[in-house]
Amino acid sequence: MTFSDAHVWAIIAALAAGTYLIRFSFLGLIGDRPLPGWLLRLLRYTPVAVMPGLVAPLILWPQATGGVPDPARLAAAIATLGVGLVTKNVLAAIGAGAGTLGVLLWLG
Amino acid sequence: MPSSTPVIPPAIPPRRAFLRGAQGGAPFVLVIVPFGLLFGVVGTEAGLNLAQVMGFTVLVIAGAAQFTALQLMVDNAPTVIVLATALAVNLRMAMYSAALVPYLGAAPLWQRALAAYGLVDQSYAVSALEFERNTALSVPARFAFFMGSFLAVAPFWYAATLAGALVGTAIPDGFGLDFAIPITFLALVAPALRTLPHVMSALVSTVLALALAGLPYGTGLLVAAAAAMVTGAATEALLERRQ
Repeated sequence: MTFSDAHVWAIIAALAAGTYLIRFSFLGLIGDRPLPGWLLRLLRYTPVAVMPGLVAPLILWPQATGGVPDPARLAAAIATLGVGLVTKNVLAAIGAGAGTLGVLLWLG
Repeated sequence: MPSSTPVIPPAIPPRRAFLRGAQGGAPFVLVIVPFGLLFGVVGTEAGLNLAQVMGFTVLVIAGAAQFTALQLMVDNAPTVIVLATALAVNLRMAMYSAALVPYLGAAPLWQRALAAYGLVDQSYAVSALEFERNTALSVPARFAFFMGSFLAVAPFWYAATLAGALVGTAIPDGFGLDFAIPITFLALVAPALRTLPHVMSALVSTVLALALAGLPYGTGLLVAAAAAMVTGAATEALLERRQ
């Protein structure tokens, strides 16, 4: 990371203010007015629309291996996703992924 | 009061409501502690100092957005992209905010301002369920319940992050820590893939983000996320029309 201290604080402040405004939005400012259905529909998909795209390149081309696909990290990603899909349990999925990566890195 | 709803608990005073909210939030401590630890460790490893790590956790208080911002900062993405992407992750909270208006909209402004700070995934999930079920709750009792559910979790979030930041520098390289964020996000997304629209949205996000990875400044991710949101919403609308 090449950000200066002041720069990092500026990002924290802007993110804090923006996040607070999002949380305060309807509760504080807009009040009890009905929202258009299409807007609620779009908002429903924000986490699932952002997170997969953020991690996909990190999984396929990890920086730790200079951007070359790495069997240990791919296996860890598959284990995380698989356990998460089956159990619907976030912590179990993290445990499966971290465990797989730990064992494979230790072996390799 | 609808009499068809089974077992409506009687109206309760705010103090009791606060305790019940805290009871509802308490189980989430088990989820929040590992996340806080992880953010403390990863943030410190990425080069943030202790105050900055805690600044994220106390002021932003949104785990997924914090991890998103951190990852993009590690990649030296431009500030605008860091902010836009991390805030996009938090847009779901606008939905939470809207969903609570029927229940807390009549509370005084200072209470709504406080509740907005405490509007996290956990407090929303617990409170929305309770408000829907327990129609006898007064507005002050609802506010107390909400704050109880938040305050049962928040101190653990702060403390876990602090603990993670303090031990973070002691963790050696080659531990695979670079992969902590991908694993965390995959673990968050997998249980959310419960309907076809969610799966379609995640697929479009993945494919487009990979295809557009060459675009400068992480703009590919923003395009992918926007397209994925529209895909999810459109698929949902289509399925509804078919029924």
